[in-house]
Amino acid sequence: MVNLKKDNLIIANKKFNSRLIVGTGKYKSMSECAKAIKLSGAEIVTVAVRRVNISDKNKPLLMDYIDPKKITYLPNTAGCFNSKEALRTLRLAREIGGWKLVKLEVLGDKKNLFPDMIETLKSTEVLAKEGFKVMVYCNDDPLMAKRLENSGADAIMPLAAPIGSGLGIQNKINIQIIRKQTKLPLIIDAGLGQASDATIAMELGCDGVLVNTAIAKAKKPFEMALAFKNAVIAGRQCFKSGRIDKILMGNPSSPSKGII
Amino acid sequence: MKKVKKIKIKINGKIKSITQDSNLSLVLKNLKIPLNKVAIELNEEIIDKKKINKIKLKKNDKIEVVHFIGGG
Repeated sequence: MVNLKKDNLIIANKKFNSRLIVGTGKYKSMSECAKAIKLSGAEIVTVAVRRVNISDKNKPLLMDYIDPKKITYLPNTAGCFNSKEALRTLRLAREIGGWKLVKLEVLGDKKNLFPDMIETLKSTEVLAKEGFKVMVYCNDDPLMAKRLENSGADAIMPLAAPIGSGLGIQNKINIQIIRKQTKLPLIIDAGLGQASDATIAMELGCDGVLVNTAIAKAKKPFEMALAFKNAVIAGRQCFKSGRIDKILMGNPSSPSKGII
Repeated sequence: MKKVKKIKIKINGKIKSITQDSNLSLVLKNLKIPLNKVAIELNEEIIDKKKINKIKLKKNDKIEVVHFIGGG
């Protein structure tokens, strides 16, 4: 029996039961976001670092809706287009309350939102030296993934497709190669559109998936949060169960002996 | 009556007029900033929140106060 209860996701020595990480952006309201997170079963959520609105002091705060003592906040560097901005953002994030586990994301193009891997690599080196535990959003390039690992990354997070595109995993071969070469947590980040995309990622042997838009922008975010939760569990269970070999021709499921 | 000298600083991109030599702690308190939920930069340098009552603000100081919001 595949016991998923003991099959924890371990990132930077911290254990998590859920393999689904969710983003907290794009929801209609903070209460909608909080409820979707609860239904998804996620224990890690990504958050962005932005200016406090000093003219509207009564604006609700994320921390009032999602308790950082119960849910692990993963500060990200969304919107940063170079290493300097990303480092500044994460150093500030750490200062808010000791967050060391962070998601590094340095974008290179405003339209396709692909990561700038040179800036990403540079930032990973600096952050690792400063004691951060860095989960790195990256391209689905096995060579770059290796270099990130050698630079001190704590998790490799290749994109499935452009952020927010909902296209699903475009390059399964690359993801499988990255899976084979690394023992670091491998998490598919960005580009998933539907539950089966998450299942595919897990079936390929990924350790988890990170989903935001596909849940937040679904017509029914709560139901979609549940769908992704189940999809991740199904995919993981399938991966651990050892699928059959693929063959070209048919192979009957009923015995041919004793046919009348 | 002693005339209070005002200086201009920038906080989160907005110009604000404050009394000269106000300390950072007071300015943030007046803005009702929940200190346990933010990080603070003064002129692009991160400030230790425990030391903000020792920092006196000068003309044209730039303060950034950030917190966590929803993001992917």
